[in-house]
Formats: sequence, structure tokens, C-alpha cells
Amino acid sequence: MNREKLLNTAVILLLLAIPLWAHMAEEPFLITLATKVAILALAGVGLNIALGIGGLVSLGHAAFFGIGGYAMGILAAHAQNYEPLAEWPMLIEGTNQMPVIWLVAVVASALAALVIGALSLRTSGVYFIMITLAFGQMLYYFAISWTAYGGEDGLSIWVRNEFPGLNTLVPLEFFLICYVILCAALWFAARLARAPFGLALSAARQCEARVETVGITPYQLRLTAFVISGAITGLAGALFADLNRFVSPTMLSWHTSGEIMIFVIIGGVGRLFGPVIGAALFILLEHLLGGISDYWQIYLGGLLLIIVLYARGGVIGAISGREVAHD
Amino acid sequence: MSLILILEQILNGLQFGVMLFLMAAGLTLVFGVMGLINLAHGALYMVGAFAAAIVAAWTGSFVLALVASLAAAAAAGALVELLVIRKLYDRDHLDQVLATFALILIFSEGTRWVFGSFPLFLDVPSYLSGPISLPGGIEYPLYRLTIIAIGLVVAAGLFWLIARTRIGIQIRAGESDREMIAALGVDISKLYTLVFALGAALAGLAGALVGAIQSVQVGMGEPVLILAFVVIVIGGIGSIKGAMVGALLVGLTDTLGGVFLPQLFGLFMEPASATSVGASLASMLIYILMAAILLVRPSGLYGGQH
Amino acid sequence: MTDMTDPSGAGQVLKVSDLSKSFGALQASKNITLDLRAGEIHALIGPNGAGKSTLIKQISGELRPDSGSVSLLGRPVDDLDRVARARMGLGRTFQISALAMEFTVLQNAVLGALGARGGVFRFLGNVMRDKALVAQAEHALERVGLLSDAKRRTADLSHGQRRQLEVAVALTLQPKLFLMDEPMAGLGAGGSQALTGFLDTLRHEAPILLVEHDMDAVFALADRISVLVYGEVIATGTTEEIRNNAEVQRAYLGEEEPV
Ligand SMILES: Nc1ncnc2c1ncn2[C@@H]1O[C@H](COP(=O)(O)OP(=O)(O)OP(=O)(O)O)[C@@H](O)[C@H]1O
Ligand SMILES: [Mg+2]
Repeated sequence: MNREKLLNTAVILLLLAIPLWAHMAEEPFLITLATKVAILALAGVGLNIALGIGGLVSLGHAAFFGIGGYAMGILAAHAQNYEPLAEWPMLIEGTNQMPVIWLVAVVASALAALVIGALSLRTSGVYFIMITLAFGQMLYYFAISWTAYGGEDGLSIWVRNEFPGLNTLVPLEFFLICYVILCAALWFAARLARAPFGLALSAARQCEARVETVGITPYQLRLTAFVISGAITGLAGALFADLNRFVSPTMLSWHTSGEIMIFVIIGGVGRLFGPVIGAALFILLEHLLGGISDYWQIYLGGLLLIIVLYARGGVIGAISGREVAHD
Repeated sequence: MSLILILEQILNGLQFGVMLFLMAAGLTLVFGVMGLINLAHGALYMVGAFAAAIVAAWTGSFVLALVASLAAAAAAGALVELLVIRKLYDRDHLDQVLATFALILIFSEGTRWVFGSFPLFLDVPSYLSGPISLPGGIEYPLYRLTIIAIGLVVAAGLFWLIARTRIGIQIRAGESDREMIAALGVDISKLYTLVFALGAALAGLAGALVGAIQSVQVGMGEPVLILAFVVIVIGGIGSIKGAMVGALLVGLTDTLGGVFLPQLFGLFMEPASATSVGASLASMLIYILMAAILLVRPSGLYGGQH
Repeated sequence: MTDMTDPSGAGQVLKVSDLSKSFGALQASKNITLDLRAGEIHALIGPNGAGKSTLIKQISGELRPDSGSVSLLGRPVDDLDRVARARMGLGRTFQISALAMEFTVLQNAVLGALGARGGVFRFLGNVMRDKALVAQAEHALERVGLLSDAKRRTADLSHGQRRQLEVAVALTLQPKLFLMDEPMAGLGAGGSQALTGFLDTLRHEAPILLVEHDMDAVFALADRISVLVYGEVIATGTTEEIRNNAEVQRAYLGEEEPV
């Protein structure tokens, strides 16, 4: 096992061990923090497929995160009020069942990613960055003006949604749900990177002309990656909203996009576990620095600046050196 | 709806567009010449507004406040360019995005630290406040009209600078070919600092001018920054002319859409839902405009191949 | 001008008719007409900046000509993009190598095999464990003499080796014709001799339109040579005819000794 794999294993085990210990020590707040790490890491795993493998610098992933969040908020709000979502052309009721909510979140964010991706992937470089940012912001302003679901104030849910066979009100059980989903996403991302699709997508990032010369269209690769990426980030959004029992336009704001990107970068771009380490570090910093100063984001900015200017591989790069080519 | 209302809203849209131009011009110049995407441009807008508010509170002079906004934003811009930005020219866009995002965090939280979260106030000077009668019986705020005038004068100056002066020639040369300006014996790093400071000064001025009608607070630059991006996407990266056309399009579309869309929906919907549907749609209008232009011209109205 | 164009068109794999392209005031291709026939190596020579690469790009579909037409395998392809032309069986190597630099040598070759086979939209299986693809890739690497470097990172290869890898990736596509833009550059004497020997046999699999500055290789390999000067084909003919063509000597061979 090389150092990167060792580090990955240690991190994923630690992420499981801490809440288990906290459960026994009756420290629910720690479990909540770990849950947050798992969910934000999941969002980062989603972004990393577009960004790390595909080289698509999307500054609009908050859109998918937020759509996932609103999918949960809207469905749960209707379930809570016993008001159907729609009566025509057929009766659609709200729900408080997580699996259904997840499905809706994934489908809705995938659709949004399909539309946004189809448009913005017609361009590249800075245009792509600005356009994804702009579409994300469009949804942000839309959510603010959409008073039916809380507008600027957002939407609160009284009780956390349910999962068959589990008691999601127990922090550890909800954590385990998120943890298992994170592990599944990591497994999928790892397989994807090595699969024919991942090889071609990565090649399209490194050299577009090469991919076209062997008869593969980069646009289709990228759009597919963007949709998968958006869907995973959307799922994370639904879980995040469930964790907070609250969704608001902030989830859609471009600061959220920036933060998801920061998880990926702090950990190490294109590294499978980059988002996990990045999210853990982010939450840790937020917690530690946030305790010292209300203005902890200054330090975050400074740290980010140093990483970008002087330590491009992120934490994983610093610990385990240059990325080894996939075997 | 009356003709006067329409004309008034057109003027409002013009005023908004002119301010967006001041923001977008700097961004598009910096991209065109240095190939850099700068998310922290909105922070310079904020710096200008804060400088103006402070100097106005000190001296009571609005003119000095505007001068201060230009100077402070230019200085902040030059400093940031020297310390951080110049390390980014050879980096990929991802690094540029992250580093300038980090700068936003530092600027915003730093300002919050020093000045707190409450807005500062910058008052419109008495000689510019109040309405003025325009031909056709329109009563329009003098200050907004002044903003339009200042914006147009600055825009004209910028076009002149780029088309007619030595610096402008160097800037245009820099857009097409970095090596060429090196061959011309121009000190590139000085030129880059200058262009960056110039863009910053324009953003700072816009911040001060708008700060007097809205409030001066942390984060005020970000919504404008994103609109400026939309402007650039529409106009085409690197094109000052595109920035002008894009800014006016966005300014007018956003303003007129916000006022008239709800009324339009009111023609065939009940008032309450017309207002909310209209407002929701209006908030998305410029992005829909952007998407439409993108479909027809992926590199913007005046964009080359970047 | 010597013209050997076969009027019947039999055996024509590639046909370029009256192609013109300008970059602003610079006319990089002027009414170029040439063809490539089954089993042959057709060399395209000319001084730096003559427009050789520009012509290759128009044939491969990277650049759109201002006027004129390109046919592959008897079919006009002017409306097809480079991906579609690649799928029709056009294999191409670049003058400035276009490879995935983070990949290993083998991964680059597997990418070629994957493009040829199709099935890119598979999300789970490990592509480097796909025996058929890897075998095809290794075979291509072996043919250009790069198999022993299969595990190396492409970025660590020398320029000459990258050129060899370009050829190997093109081989994985099993194309119906090759466009090669200076495959010998940077190879050194031993390397270009080996590649010359290899191309000599390759022509029987698929004909080659070969842009090359290495005149020894050109005269050893070419069945026909076209000379491009200032965007214009000033002569097409057998090696003998080109060697003895006064215009060519004046314009090109006589004056500056090619690299
Ligand atoms: N995209 C472009 N825009 C403008 N001019 C171009 C472009 N591509 C090529 N040219 C010009 O067209 C001419 C032909 O270039 P080309 O690369 O085809 O030459 P070449 O024969 O391949 O030269 P070499 O032997 O150096 O590879 C050159 O003068 C070059 O500068
Ligand atoms: Mg060439």
C-alpha cells in the first residue's frame, strides 16, 4: 500500500471512529460535525468528478447542492402540511421518506445539470467558469423571489425525514446513513476514474485534440460527467438540508460553490479522497478558528492562497507526493 | 402604464447599465490583456465605496470622496497585483479562481473586522439631490442623471485611451501578442500593474457612485460582480465595446423586466400571483438573455476566439 | 508542373480538390489538389511555413477550408468534423505532440484502442484490465519499439519517443489512411532509420500522407512527392521527377539544404 492509500484508509476509518466514540461518550455535537463532514465530502466527491477528472471548473455547483436541498424542503414541507404538491394532471403528495426524497433530488439536480451543462459546455475556459457561476446565481435569485417556499427566509422542517428501519432522530444513525452513502460514492468515483469513461474524460482534460483524433467527442463525455457530478452534489444537498432541517437560498449562493471547490482543493484536486480530507479540514478550521475569531474566514482565505500559490497538490499531495498514474 | 413611467425606467436601466460597464470594463481588460479571471474585482468595488464613505464623513466633500474611491481602489488593485495576481498569470484558470476567491474572503472579512457588519452611509450631496425636470415632463433624480453622465464620460475617456494613446496601443498589442509588446520594449510587468490598477479604479468609482444610492457594506460588490460576468459573457471577453453593449443590455433588461414583467403577467393572471411569477421570472431574465445569446454566439457578441 | 493524378480515381483513398485557406492576408493554401492512393506513401515537402501542417489540418477536419473539397474513401467529408473523419478511418499524428501527458505510455495507447472499439460510456470496469484493449495497445507499442517504455509517464518521454507514441496511437485505430506530420523530428539517426523501415512496411496496411523534413527518409520511402511552397503545390511526381525538377530545385532543394 502506498502512502496515499494508507492516508485514505486512516481518514475514512477515523471518520467512522469519531462518531462511534462520541455516541458512547454522549457527545452528539461531535456526531453532527462528523455528519457535516461526510455530507460536504459527498458534495465534493460530486464536484471532483467534473473538476478533478474532467477539468471542468464549475463555479455553479451550489445550484445542484441547493436543488437537492429544496427537493427535500419542498417534499417534506408538503408532507408536514398534508397539502399535495399538485393535484393535476395527477395527485402528487409530499413525502418524508428519505429514499424517495433522494431519488427526486438526484433526478432534479441531474436534469438541471443537463440543461446548464448543455449550454455552458458549448464554451470553455473562463467563459465556462462565468457561465456556470451565472446560472447558479440565477437559481439563487429565483429561490429568493420564490415566496411560495419561503423566499429569502428559507424553509424549515419540524422533524427529520425517515428512513425505513432506522431511527434518523438518533444522530449516530443519521450519520451512518450519510457515511454509507459517502462510501458508496467514493467507491463509484474510484471505479469511474479507472473505467473507459474515466480514461477518456481525463484524456479530454489533458488534451482535447488527442481524444477527438481517436474518434471520441469530448462534449458528450463532459456533459455526462457534469450530469453525474451534479447528481451526486444534489444528493449531498438533500442530506445537508435534512441535517439542518432547513433549506435556504444560501445553499444556492456562489459562496457555497466556492466552498465546495475549496474542499476539493485543500484535499488535493483529482485525488479520490481529496474532498473527504478537504471537508474534514474545513469543518475543523471552521470550528477551531471560528472559536478564536468571528472572522476566521480571513485565515481560511490566507490558507487557501498559500495552498494555491505554493502547495498545489493540497494536503494529499504534500503527504504522499506526486500522483501515481492509475495502473 | 404611462410613457413617462417607461422613460423613467429606461433612464434607470441606463444608469444601472453604465455602472455595470465601469465594473465590466476592468474585468474584461484584465482578461483581455493578462488572460486572468479575477473574482476579487467586486472587492475593489467595495473598497472604493468604503473609501468614499470615510472621506465624505471626514471632509464633507463628495468630490473628494470620489477622488478617494479612485485612489484607494487603484492602490488596493496595484498592491494586490504586485503581491498575488502576478503569480497567477501563468497559472490555469482554476488557480486563478481559487486565489481570487481567497482574496474575496480576506477582503470581505477584513473589512467586516474593521468596520463591522453595519452599513456605512454615503449621502448624495445637497447640490445633486432632488429631482430635475426633463423635457417631456419627466421628473428625474438629478443624482442618477449625474451618474449616467459620469459613466458616459468615463466610458468615452476609456475608448479614447485605448484607441488613441500609447498606453492604449500597448494594451491592444498585449491582447493579441505578449511577445510582441516585449519586443516593442514595453515593460510588461509595469503595464500589467497599470492595467490592473486602472480596472480597479473604475470598479472603485462605480462602488462610490452606487454606494450613495444604496448602502455601503461588506459583500456589496458580489452581486455586481456576477452581473458584470454576465455582461462580459454577452459582450465577448476582452472587448470594451462588447462590455458597453452588454452592460446596457443587461441594465435595461433587468430594470425594465423587474418593473414591467409583473404588470405584463397582470394582464392575464390574478394580481397576487402575477406579481410573484413576474418577479421570479424577472430575476432570471438577464440569465435567460445570456443563455439565448450563448446559443447563437458562444463567444459573445463581440468576442474573438479565446 | 508534373501531374500524375489518376483520372479514373481508382484506388484513391484521399482526394483533395482545389483547397484554399487564408489567415487574414496570408494565403496558407492556394488551390491545392492532390490525392493519396492505396498502398503508397505520398510525401509532402516544403520549406518552413509553406502550409504543410495547415493542409493536414484541413484534411483531418481541424480547420475549415475557405473553398475546395476533401473526399475520404470516395466520399466527400466537408461536412464532417474531425471526430467523424477519425471514425471513418483517418489516423493522424501531430507535429507538436498531442498526448495525455499525465498518462502512462500504455494508457495513451489504450485510449486509442478504446476510441477505435467504442464503448466509451462504460462507468465501472477497469479499462486497463480489458485484455483485448491492452493487447491491441501493446501490439501497437511493440511495432514502434516503445513496449519497454509502456509503464513510463508520457511527460517523461523524449520528444522523439512522443513522436513514436503518436504513431502507435494512430496504429491502434487501424485506420484506412495515415496523415503523419513530421514523425521523424527529434528521433535521431538510429530512431529515424528504424521508423523509416517500419513505415516502409506500413504502407501496405494503409497509405500514408507523410510530411517530413528528413530528405533521406523522404527519398527512401516516397512513391510520390508533392512540393508545397507558399501554400501552392509547385510539383507532384515520383522521387526521380522531383529530384530532377528544375523549379523544385530553384524553389527549394537547391537553395537551402533542408534539415
Ligand atoms: N491559426 C493560424 N493563424 C494565422 N496564421 C497561421 C495559423 N496557422 C498557421 N499560420 C501561418 O500559416 C503559414 C503556414 O503554416 P504551417 O504550420 O502550415 O506551415 P508548415 O509548412 O507546417 O511549416 P513547418 O515546416 O514549420 O511545420 C505560416 O506562415 C503560419 O505562420
Ligand atoms: Mg508544420
